[in-house]
Order: sequence, then C-alpha cells, then structure tokens
Amino acid sequence: MARGTGKVAKSDIVTFNKKKFRFSDWFAEKVIKSVAFLSIAIVILIFVFVFREAFPIFRMDKKVAASSELMVQESYGGSDSGSTEKVADNQVGNSNKTQTPGDSPSSTLLSKTWMPVSDNPRYGMLPLFLGTLKVTLIALLFAAPLSILAAIYTSMFAKPRIREVIKPVIELLAGFPSVVIGFFALMVLASVFQNIFGYASRLNSFVGGIAMGLAAIPIIYTLTEDALTAVPKTFTEASLGLGASRRQTAFYVVLPAAVPGIFAAVVLGLGRIFGETMIALMATGNAAMISMNPFDSVRTLSATIGAEMAEVVFGDTHYNVLFLIGSLLFIFTFALNALAEFYFKNMVIRKYQSKK
Amino acid sequence: MNEIKVKVKDLSLWYGTNHALKSISMDIPEKMVTAFIGPSGCGKSTFLRTLNRMNDLIDNVTIDGEVCIDNINIYDKDIDVVNLRKKVGMIFQKSNPFAKSVYDNIAFGPRINGISQKSILDEIVERSLKQAAIWDEVKDRLFNSALSLSGGQQQRICIARSLAVNPEIILMDEPASALDPISTAKIEELIHELKKEYTIIIVTHNMQQAARTSDLTALFYMGDLIEMNRTEVIFSNPAKKQTEDYISGRFG
Repeated sequence: MARGTGKVAKSDIVTFNKKKFRFSDWFAEKVIKSVAFLSIAIVILIFVFVFREAFPIFRMDKKVAASSELMVQESYGGSDSGSTEKVADNQVGNSNKTQTPGDSPSSTLLSKTWMPVSDNPRYGMLPLFLGTLKVTLIALLFAAPLSILAAIYTSMFAKPRIREVIKPVIELLAGFPSVVIGFFALMVLASVFQNIFGYASRLNSFVGGIAMGLAAIPIIYTLTEDALTAVPKTFTEASLGLGASRRQTAFYVVLPAAVPGIFAAVVLGLGRIFGETMIALMATGNAAMISMNPFDSVRTLSATIGAEMAEVVFGDTHYNVLFLIGSLLFIFTFALNALAEFYFKNMVIRKYQSKK
Repeated sequence: MNEIKVKVKDLSLWYGTNHALKSISMDIPEKMVTAFIGPSGCGKSTFLRTLNRMNDLIDNVTIDGEVCIDNINIYDKDIDVVNLRKKVGMIFQKSNPFAKSVYDNIAFGPRINGISQKSILDEIVERSLKQAAIWDEVKDRLFNSALSLSGGQQQRICIARSLAVNPEIILMDEPASALDPISTAKIEELIHELKKEYTIIIVTHNMQQAARTSDLTALFYMGDLIEMNRTEVIFSNPAKKQTEDYISGRFG
C-alpha cells in the first residue's frame, strides 16, 4: 500500500475535469455528417438544374412577341449554318401557311398536339398527360388489389413456412430491371393480350399499364405487408377472442387499422409507375394522341423525355420543354413521396397511440 | 357448489418439446369465480388459453387430453372454434380496445354476428356498458376513440365488448395487473357483479386479489396443478405445504 503512493505516474489517473480532444471521433463525425449533407445537396442541385433548363421557355415568349426572327436566333443559337438555313426556310413556310409566326412555345403547351419536330413545332403536353394518366390508372388498378390481397394472405392467413417462400419471391421482383419487364411486355404480353382482346395497335396503354403494374407490385406488396404486420397482435387476439373468424378479423380489424400504411404503400407505388420510363418506352406504343380508349397507343411524360432527349438540339425550345416535363415529373413524384412519408406515416403513428 | 361448467381431464400441453402443462384435471363450477395463482411461468395463463383454444394461434403447440364445456370436448375434431370463442370470451392483461370509437368497439361482436339494425345495436351497446359499470363515464362520448380513455376505462370497455356477444364463460388473464388500485377495485367489484350471470375464470399474480374476488382458487407450479379448493380453505388451511409456502410468500 505504502509503496510509491506519491510516485504513481499522474497519467494513470483518469481525469475528467478537462475536455479531451479525440481526433478520430471528431474526424469520423465530420465525414459522416458531410456525406449526409452531400447527398441532400446533390438532390437540391439536380432540382435546380432541371428547373433552370426548363425556365427559358417562359422567358422566350416575350422576345418572340417582339421579333420572331430573334427567336430563331435564340433557340438555334448553337447550331451549325446548315440548320440555320433550314430554320429560315421553315420560317418562310410558316408565313406562307398563314400561321402566325409568333406561335410562341408556351402558348402551344396546352394544345392538343405534341409535334416538337415539325415545321411548325407544337408542344402540346395534353396527350402526354392523358397518356401518363391512363397508363398509371391501369397499372394501379392492376397492381394495388393484387399486391394488397397478397399481403393480406401472407401476413394473416399463410402458414409461416409458406410465408417465408412467398414474401422473398415477390420482393425479388423489385430487383427486376425494368428493361426486362418491358421486353417481356413487348414480346409476350402484347401478343397474348392482342389474341384475347383483339385490338388494333399491338402496343398500347393497357399492355404498358399491366407491365408497369408488375414493376409496382413488389413495392406496394412489401409496404402493405409491413403495415399489416405492424398492427398490434393484441387487436387480432381481441377479435378472435370475440368469436370473429380469421377472415372477419383480417378485413374488419387488421385491414382498417393498417389503412394509412396501405395508402402510403399505394402512393409510393404510384410514384414508381409515374416515373417509369423504360417500360413505357417499350410497351406503350409511344403515339402521342388524345383518346380515352385503353387499347390505343399512348406516350407518357417520362417516355417522351427518354425518347427525345438524345436527339434534341441543346438549348432549343424542344430541349427546354423536355426539361419542363422533367420538372413536372419531379414535382409530382416529390409530392407523392412527401404525402406518403409525412402524412400517412404520421397517421399510422397517431392511430396506435392513445391520446389523452 | 354450483353445477360443473368446465371439466378438464388429463390436459397436457407442449410448446415444442417444453412440457408446459402436465396432466391437469379440474372441475370449474358455473357462475362462480375461479382464480388461478402461481409464480410466473407456472402455466396458469397457458392453461387459461386452452379453455377457448387461443393457443391454436401459436405454432408448434401440442395438446393432449380433454376440456369439456357443457359436456362437449372442445378439442374434438368437429368443434367450431369461432363459435366456441363466442361462448368463452376473453379479457387480456393489456387492455386492447380497437382503434375505433367506444360504440364501434362494443358493437364489433354483434356486427360480426350479422346484427346491423341500429336500434338493436344501440340497445346492446348500452346494456353491455352498463353491465361493465362504465356507462355513466362514457355515455357522452360514445363516438370518441376508445383509445382516448384511461387504462382502467379501456379495460372495462374490453369487458363490455366481450359481454356484448353474450358469452357464458369469461376468461380474464391478469385483467388488473396494469392498473392503479382504484381502477383495480372497480374491476374487482365488476367481477363480483358479473359472477351472478357468468362463469368467471381469472388468472392473477396478486394473491389478495384472488382472496378478495374468487370462490375457488387453484395453485399452479411448474406446469402442475398443486392444489385446488375453496378460496377460504386455500388461504387459511391449505392441504399442502407448498401452497402454504407460496401464499405466505416463502417462494415464488
């Protein structure tokens, strides 16, 4: 005991009266923090870029009104002399057809024709909107009931062993590249449906919708399954204890309790369908026309970008319009995801907590 | 002693290979309160759940033996479990009202039985809530969420909900263990009232509660039924040393 009481090295004693700087901790924290903020920054920058490229469309109008020739200069500014000549020819052609030369791009945005590369380009997005709406609706009507019922089955009726097989298999479908689903729709589904329904155009919104539904099923299924299993077991017990059958318990107790979560699942699935490009490109026929018939070809917003962006002249009105479509898609999917994330998820949380 | 309502013969239960109930036999009389006591994990809750086949929900359970309710073995192949559970209601340890209004909670049972006429439902709701001694507290907020009520009120809502399907037997799995003394007293009073019409079987950790509320008490230990007798006898003059040790707090 007495040995070296005074001599024990001071450094052995743990002192805590002074903050110690630990470099590795500090460094790790900063790295993690900056990575997190970087990803947010990237998203915001993409957002800004897309909007910036879409914006000139609205500014251009004023100049067009002032001088139509200026518009030609503006929009084809970067192109070679050959195309400038061609544009000049177009301009003459337009005047000959007594079309007002100042048919400004943004005034055609709401027209009924999408003809971006004609002599008198028209950027009517109505057929694109209608097409997207049609395909989305068909996809949703196909995918939502299927995946919700499948989720009900695996979460409430299936034996654990069957559940362990079905769940991962459906979730595996999420890993399918959409080009594969698109190819399948193009080669197989289109022919099969044509034989069954006997419609004229082989690729149409129905085929595309079903294929996109296939892509959305895993998302809706997984999230619905989670929502259903998150319903407290005590609800199930209470219901069964009252003499309700399994079916009654599933549909009258568990399902209503999971409704907000299921809504979130459907909305996220909707977002996926909405932005799906490759399947739309391959299976919908890509004809921008206004028609209510589900068996007519359609062109969706995202497929339009996918198909035309590679061939568009940089800085052209057409280019700007495509970015406008891009920003609209961005806003829609962003809104849908935000709705699912903030509104429905809060509803779930509020539902299970007793409020005093 | 009243007539025998539930007759259990050589009931054994395994969770996988774990022998949780070992050849239990007992008679439970009608319109009386029977309490099961014993230390945690002794099998009393498991045994309670065999009486309306709630253990069916758990995988990997093997059951052997007979449970006869009104002389019908509920483990027969032909038994309709759904209707059995209408006859044998259950109250759980943690009150579990649905995330619906008070009214919809009580009306749930009648509705799944196909009653949709509003006047009949109103009547059932009012009668059940009165029977569960909570009508006065909730009559002005029947359409508020049941989850907005206090824990004790929620538990009485659950009791009212099970009464609404006209059970004959009510199983209670530690119904007051999560409640404060005042709410507990209310539940105990309620049990006293209910035994006039229903056969009540209650699992409890609280020996005073068993002594206060029950007519008969059964002590479980390690999956065995140690002793079952009239409550006064169990608490004043038990036949077995083990029982005496347990109720005097020397083990368990």
